[in-house]
Amino acid sequence: MSLTFQFLIVWQSAAGNFLPNLPLRIGVLALQGDVREHLVALRDCGVEAIPVRRASEIESIDALVIPGGESTTIAHLAATFDVFDLVQNRIKNGMPAYGSCAGMILLADRVLDATADQKTFGGLDITVRRNAFGRQVDSFEVDIDMAGLHERMRAVFIRAPWVEDIGPSVDVLASVVSSTGIPHAVAVRAGVLLATSFHPELTADSGIHRYFVEEVCKGVVSIR
Amino acid sequence: MSEVKGTGRVKRGMAEMLKGGVIMDVVNAEQAKIAEDAGAVAVMALERVPADIRAQGGVSRMSDPDMIEKIKATVSIPVMAKARIGHFTEARVLESLGVDYIDESEVLTPADYENHIDKWDFTVPFVCGATNLGEALRRINEGAAMIRSKGEAGTGDVSNAVTHMRKIGGEIRRLSSMREDELYVAAKEMQAPFELVKEVAQSGKLPVVLFTAGGIATPADAAMMMHLGADGVFIGSGIFKSGDPARRAAACVKATTFYDDAKVIADASRGLGDAMVGINVADIPVPHRLAERGW
Repeated sequence: MSLTFQFLIVWQSAAGNFLPNLPLRIGVLALQGDVREHLVALRDCGVEAIPVRRASEIESIDALVIPGGESTTIAHLAATFDVFDLVQNRIKNGMPAYGSCAGMILLADRVLDATADQKTFGGLDITVRRNAFGRQVDSFEVDIDMAGLHERMRAVFIRAPWVEDIGPSVDVLASVVSSTGIPHAVAVRAGVLLATSFHPELTADSGIHRYFVEEVCKGVVSIR
Repeated sequence: MSEVKGTGRVKRGMAEMLKGGVIMDVVNAEQAKIAEDAGAVAVMALERVPADIRAQGGVSRMSDPDMIEKIKATVSIPVMAKARIGHFTEARVLESLGVDYIDESEVLTPADYENHIDKWDFTVPFVCGATNLGEALRRINEGAAMIRSKGEAGTGDVSNAVTHMRKIGGEIRRLSSMREDELYVAAKEMQAPFELVKEVAQSGKLPVVLFTAGGIATPADAAMMMHLGADGVFIGSGIFKSGDPARRAAACVKATTFYDDAKVIADASRGLGDAMVGINVADIPVPHRLAERGW
C-alpha cells in the first residue's frame, strides 16, 4: 500500500465525522442479466450507479448489486474473466451487496439443486434452493409484506429460488407461502448483505433499492 | 395475497433475465450439458438444427417430448422448444411439458399460412421471429413476450441477421423522430397497432427484449450483433456444426459479454477449429428462405 493511499484512508476516516461523505458509487455486476433495470432503480434513489465487469471497475465501487439472470452463467463468466475471487474478497471484507434472484443464489453460502460444480461468491449464511417455486409456467407475482419497511409491495418471482435455511446472523424480511402451505423466506438480510428471491427492479417501486442504499449501506464511507 | 401466474410482467421479465446471454440450439442431453457448461443462459431443444433441416428437407415439426424431457432433466438452465407457426396444439403440448419458453418458429414448417398462435391464451411465454418492426409489433400484439430478429437460419451467413437488426433499429429511430400526428400513417404503413407504434416512438425501444438469430457462427458475429442493438444472441447450427463445439460455445459466450472489447473477442477467436461450412444466403432461392415465413 502506498503512503499516499494510507494517508487518504486515515484522512477520510478522520474527516468522516465533520465532512459530508462523498455520494456512494454502486456497481451492478454486468456479466449477464437485467443490469439496466437495476441501474435505473438505483439512479432513482439518487446514487451514482455504474455497470461493472472488469477488476478495475469492481475495485472502484462502494457497494455491489448482483442482478437477476442465470446464476450458472454469471459465476462462469466471473471465473473466466478473473473477477470471481475479487468479488468474493470484497464481500468478505465488508462491501455491502444486494442480490435479486440469481443474485441471491450467488450471495448464498450454500445452494441446493445446483449444478455439480456451481460456485457462489457467498457471504450470506443461508441455504438457497434454486428454481424452488418451479419452472417458468409456475412464475408468479403476488403482494408481500416486507417487515418494517414496506407494506403490500408487488413482488415478481421468475423461476425463483427460496431460502431453505438461515444462520443465526440472518434476519428474514419477507416470506411467501408455497403451494404446499409452507412459508419460505424470500427476503433476508445479514448486516450489509441483502437478498431477495424476487425482482423489485421489474416494478416501478424502487423501495427495496432505497432500503439498500439508505439503510443497508448506512454509514458506509466512500472508498474514493 | 393471491398469486397470479403468466402475467405479461412475468413473461416479459423472464426474457429480461436472459439479456447479455447466448441461447444455444441442442438436439440431445449431451449437447445441452456442453451448452450449460459453456455458460449458455438457456438451450433450445429441437430434433434437427436448422442446417440439417435445410439439407434434409421435408416437413419439420415439434420435437419428441421424450427428448425434451431428457434435456430438462439434464440441465438447470431454462429449456426452450419450437412449435410450428400457427400450431397452437403443439404449443399446448410444449406448455404441458413445462418448457420455459416456446419459439413459434419459421425454422419449422408453418402449420397456418394466415394466423399465428394467440399467445395471450397461454401461461408459458413465447418468442417470435421478425424481419422488421411491423412484424415484431404484430407478434407482440398477439402476445409474444420476446422478439428475435430472424436472420437466415442454418446458413452460417450473418448478413441477413445484420439486415434485420439494422432494419428494426432504423425503424425505431425513425418513429422516435416523428410528430405524434404522423404516427397514424406510420402505423398503417407498417401494418402494426397504433398503440404499440406510439409506445415504441415514445420509449425509443421495443416493449420486449430483442435477441438476434439466424446465421451467427463466430464470436465476432455474436459481438457485432450486440453492437447493432441485440439484447442477446441465439446460436443455432453455428456451435454443434463446428469442429469443437465446447470451445466455440464458451468463446461465443465470452464475446457476447465483452462485445465492446476487441482484445477479448480476439482471444476468444483463437484456435476454435473449423467453423460450420455454411451457405451464402444469396445462393438460396427466395422460396427456400426461412425468413420469408411469417406474416
